[in-house]
Amino acid sequence: MTDLSSPRIGVLALQGDYERHATALEEAGAHPSLVKTAEALTDLDGLILPGGESTTMLKFLDRNSLFDALQGFTRHKPVFGTCAGAILLARQVSHPAQRSLGILDIAVERNAYGDQRDSAILTLDAEIPPATGPEPVECVFIRAPRIASVGSDVKVLASRDGFPVLIEQGHTMAATFHPELSADRRIHNRFVSLVKSAKISQ
Amino acid sequence: MADANQNGTFTSTSLRLKVGLAEMLKGGVIMDVMNVEQARIAEESGAVSVMALERVPAMIRAEGGVARMANPKLIKEIKAAVSIPVMAKARIGHFAEAQILEAIGVDFIDESEVLTPADEAHHIDKHAFKIPFVCGARNLGEALRRIAEGAAMIRTKGEAGTGDVVHAVQHMRQITKEMRQLTVAREEELYNLAKEHGAPYELVRMVAKNGKLPVPNFSAGGIATPADAALMMQLGAETVFVGSGIFMKERATPLDVENNQKEREEAVSRAKAIVIATTHYNDPKVLAEVSEQVTGTMKGLAAAAIEEKELLQTRGW
Repeated sequence: MTDLSSPRIGVLALQGDYERHATALEEAGAHPSLVKTAEALTDLDGLILPGGESTTMLKFLDRNSLFDALQGFTRHKPVFGTCAGAILLARQVSHPAQRSLGILDIAVERNAYGDQRDSAILTLDAEIPPATGPEPVECVFIRAPRIASVGSDVKVLASRDGFPVLIEQGHTMAATFHPELSADRRIHNRFVSLVKSAKISQ
Repeated sequence: MADANQNGTFTSTSLRLKVGLAEMLKGGVIMDVMNVEQARIAEESGAVSVMALERVPAMIRAEGGVARMANPKLIKEIKAAVSIPVMAKARIGHFAEAQILEAIGVDFIDESEVLTPADEAHHIDKHAFKIPFVCGARNLGEALRRIAEGAAMIRTKGEAGTGDVVHAVQHMRQITKEMRQLTVAREEELYNLAKEHGAPYELVRMVAKNGKLPVPNFSAGGIATPADAALMMQLGAETVFVGSGIFMKERATPLDVENNQKEREEAVSRAKAIVIATTHYNDPKVLAEVSEQVTGTMKGLAAAAIEEKELLQTRGW
C-alpha cells in the first residue's frame, strides 16, 4: 500500500544529531525512523545521513555489510546528507582522505573552515524549490566541510564564498551546514517532496 | 541569562553554535588520551572526540599532587594527529587556563573536577568564551548552575579514575529523577523549587516544560566496559566519556600502546567494543558479541572504598 501523504524516511542513527533530523522530518510531514542496521532500511522511501563525525560513522559502515546496503539504497532512493552525511555521500574526500559511498559527484574537503572557533551561523541566498529565485536562508556551519568541486550533473542551490553549500543531483541532496538546527523547514520540505516524487515514479 | 525558544533551545548565536557541536557528538564515545598514539587508536576505533591530558584520572588519583591543564604542546600534537574534535581540561575557576586552551584552538573545554580546583567559590564565566564548555554535575541544581554560567554540555561526574560505574549511575538517576519531578510541578511551585535546587528560575522552568536539560546530557566517571556504556545510555545519557577505562592496565600503569603490540591490541579491542556498545546500547545480542571481543579490563578501584575527602566528585559548587 502506498501512502503518499506521509513517506517513511529513515535517519541513519549510528551517531550524531539524528534526533534533530527526526524532529525536522516530522515537522515536514514525513514519518521518520532511526536506522542502525541494514535490515532497518527495508520499506523506507528515503534516508537522511545526519551530521556527526564521519570517521565514526565509517567504522560502523564497515561492520555487517552496512556500507554495501547503503550504497544499494542510495542508488535507487532519495538520500539527503548533511555535514558528515555529505562527506559520506561524496565521490572524493580529502583532508584527510577517507572512503565514501561515491553517490554524489562532488569532492569534499573535511574541516575546511577550521576548528570550532570558526563555526558560524550565516544567512545565505538559496534557491530551494519550489521557489524559483534566491531567498535568504539561515545556515548553521559547525566544523563544516567544503565542497571543493562538483560534476556537471550537480545543481548548486546555495554557495558560501563561491563554494557550494547546498546541492542536488537527481533525487540526492547534500548540505555542508545543519538545516535540522534551524527552525526553517524549507530544506526538509524540499527533501520530502523529492521522496514523494520518487515514490510516484517507481 | 540565556533566552530560549519554544522548543527549549537557546536563541543566541554563540550558544547555538556551542550546543550544536555537542549535538554532533551524541551517541558517541569521547576518550581520554595522553599521547598521539592513543589519540590515533581512539580515532581509528571510532571515538567522536578525544580529551587530551597528561595523566588520566586513575593516575592523578594514584600519584597525587596538583593536577593542572595539560601542556599546550601536547594538545597541539594531538590536534595535529587526528581529524575529530579535540577537548582539553581546565581547572575549576581557572579562566586563564581556559583562555590558553581557546587560543590554541581546542574544540571543547572541560572545566573539570578531575583537576585540582583553582577557585573554591566561582566557576569560569563560560559565556565569555567562543569555545563551548562541558561541566560535571551530580544533581539537577548543579547542572543548571553550570548551564547558567554558559556550559553547552553537562556530564555526570561519577567518580573518575575508578573503573567503578556506581556513582555515574547514581548521578544520572538523580538528575533524571529531579527533572521528572519538575515536569509534574505546578507553575507556582517552580519558584520555590528553583530556590531548593539553587538554580535560576528560567532554567528550572525550561526543564519543567521540556522534561530535559536545555543542553546535551552526557555521562562520565567510572565507565570501563561496553556493558557500563550501554547501562549509562539506557539510563538516559546521550554520549559517554571513557577516561581511564581504555588505556589503563593496573591502577596507575597505562598499557604500552607504543612499543607492545599485544597491549596495543588490548586497548584497540576495548575502544572498539565501547564504541559499538554505545550505538547499539539497547541490543543485548550486539553487546554480548562485543563484550566477548574485549581482551582485558582495567583493574579498577571500588568507589565505596574511597574516603570521603579523596573523592573528586565533591569538587565544584
